[in-house]
Amino acid sequence: MNDRGVFRNSILGLGLAFLYIPILSMMFFSFNNSRLVTVWDAENSPTLRWYVRLFENEQLLGAAWISIKIAALSASGAAILGTLAGLVLTRFGPFRGRALLSAMTTAPLVMPEVIMGIAMLLLFVAFEQMIGWPAGRGLLTITIAHITFTMAYVTVVVQSRLAGFDDALEEAALDLGARPATVFFKITLPLIMPAIVSGWLLAFTLSWDDVVISQFVSGPGSSTLPMEIFSRVRRGVSPDINALATIMVLIVATGVVASTIWMKRQERKRLLEEQMARSDTP
Amino acid sequence: MAERVVDRQNQYLRIEGVTKRFGDFVAVDNVSLGIFKGEIFCLLGGSGCGKTTLLRMLAGFESPTAGRILIDGQDMAGIPPYERPVNMMFQSYALFPHMTVAANVAFGLEQERIARPEIDRRVGEMLDIVKLGEFAKRKPHQLSGGQRQRVALARALVKKPKLLLLDEPLGALDKKLREHTQFELINLQEQLGVTFVVVTHDQEEAMTLASRIGVMNKGQIVQVGTPTEIYEFPNSRFVADFIGSVNMFEGRLIEDEPGHVRIRCEELDTTVFVSHGISAAPDARVFVAIRPEKIEMTRGQSADGENCVGGVVREIAYMGDLSVYLVRLDGGRMVRVTIPNIERHDERIVWDERVVLRWQPSSPVVLTQ
Repeated sequence: MNDRGVFRNSILGLGLAFLYIPILSMMFFSFNNSRLVTVWDAENSPTLRWYVRLFENEQLLGAAWISIKIAALSASGAAILGTLAGLVLTRFGPFRGRALLSAMTTAPLVMPEVIMGIAMLLLFVAFEQMIGWPAGRGLLTITIAHITFTMAYVTVVVQSRLAGFDDALEEAALDLGARPATVFFKITLPLIMPAIVSGWLLAFTLSWDDVVISQFVSGPGSSTLPMEIFSRVRRGVSPDINALATIMVLIVATGVVASTIWMKRQERKRLLEEQMARSDTP
Repeated sequence: MAERVVDRQNQYLRIEGVTKRFGDFVAVDNVSLGIFKGEIFCLLGGSGCGKTTLLRMLAGFESPTAGRILIDGQDMAGIPPYERPVNMMFQSYALFPHMTVAANVAFGLEQERIARPEIDRRVGEMLDIVKLGEFAKRKPHQLSGGQRQRVALARALVKKPKLLLLDEPLGALDKKLREHTQFELINLQEQLGVTFVVVTHDQEEAMTLASRIGVMNKGQIVQVGTPTEIYEFPNSRFVADFIGSVNMFEGRLIEDEPGHVRIRCEELDTTVFVSHGISAAPDARVFVAIRPEKIEMTRGQSADGENCVGGVVREIAYMGDLSVYLVRLDGGRMVRVTIPNIERHDERIVWDERVVLRWQPSSPVVLTQ
């Protein structure tokens, strides 16, 4: 190996270390037997003690369940609203207020979360006083707040997919006798589905790990998992949090690896089929 | 090939004074056309001449700013694309990528709420006609360019439209495949008897496909006629220049009789005798257009008399079936002459030889605009 190769590999090593050492050390210490997170108990480790403790902890499991519910609901809401916004912004031409709508749907991308949180809280309180809805704060208010800020991401993803969409496809469907609603459900929707799904996943992830906004609009008994972790850590980091984090990392990593492999396979299959098509007689 | 059955009495599609403006830009300018049942009509023009806009108005994707479109006597104003008895084949083919070939072709029939067995039967029939029966279960990306083109055609034809609109139908195919497909398209049209309106910028494509051509320029129809009429009797300098290549000389009308005219061309340093009368003011400024293949070239020193000029060969392009010569006249003007290469071992005229160019009195076309 020449000097350049050595240099390149050491830079790569440093970069990877910078990215992954925090996560790996956390996973490593989740198998530590010691009550003190940073002291390695060499005699009794590794152990699964904290994993067992974790599954006995009703409060953490409950918070995880709440988080999943909120993330799934708000991601679905954001996917629907974000798709509609993306469609309107790309397909309806220059209508009055288009620039305003475009700015407002994407504002949460750059808006500080603290401000979003306060604004949401004030709004919910004012609404409760005026019309009595939403009564108190809890799952519902967190879900609404999450829809508001995750919708922006779905809109951006769907919009970029629609921008690369051949308008002739929709025109062809109209020309073949399909009414506009049929065109949407049979042609447009299936074709932008990948964008909607990735928007949904993005929204799910964002909702899943949001602390700041949830903190403002949550009520008693509606602590999400990140909120629960946050409040526990403030009282001192306990090793069962390490165990929980390790499980979460493994779930995410499995998902990412599986989807990457699947996408690679699809791509290879597609290339192969295109090659076969080209070698066919006309 | 059988002669196409064109019903010249029946103007199936009538376009009456149609204009389309986009803001200040006039895309289509007061176009009136009648298209007969069973013919292949080509709208031919350069890019931006309004031909595609006109086609999109027929399909219903744009509505005319002024004028009327009648199909089979019915006014199309306010009728959306999905209720028109018209189908279109798109330049990009616009095949639905998430559906199989069979599902693509069936899509139009499904919108008519036809029973499934009937749909399957008609789709199968149509795919057999375009020779794609064995590809029914493939997705569009698994097909070659020529196959995609045929799927697009099958999808547009399966609904038995009264009128099929084709936007650059062969534009995306390579040259060899294009020639082959042209004849297939004509056969299919004769077999099904559907009226075709084809938009193209390719004059060769228009000449082979069309029963009549409408040449468009700057939003207007400049000339309508059969391919022969358009080529042999262009009505303006634009058409003469746009279709094929032509040598154009400016001249002055010096003798105007019902049976012949004489035109003095300074550039040619001779008089052109044309054996047919024209309608122009005496002494008017006119243009004489002579096609390169209608000029006869022989070796020779000097030329005298009418329809006869001398020059020197400057460039030769050997194309296989014919050769293109550029001859510089004694007056300095370059003239294009094409000679078919009939003999294999002919003593061909070469560079820098002196030649004499002649043409028949019936060959030149006299243009006043």
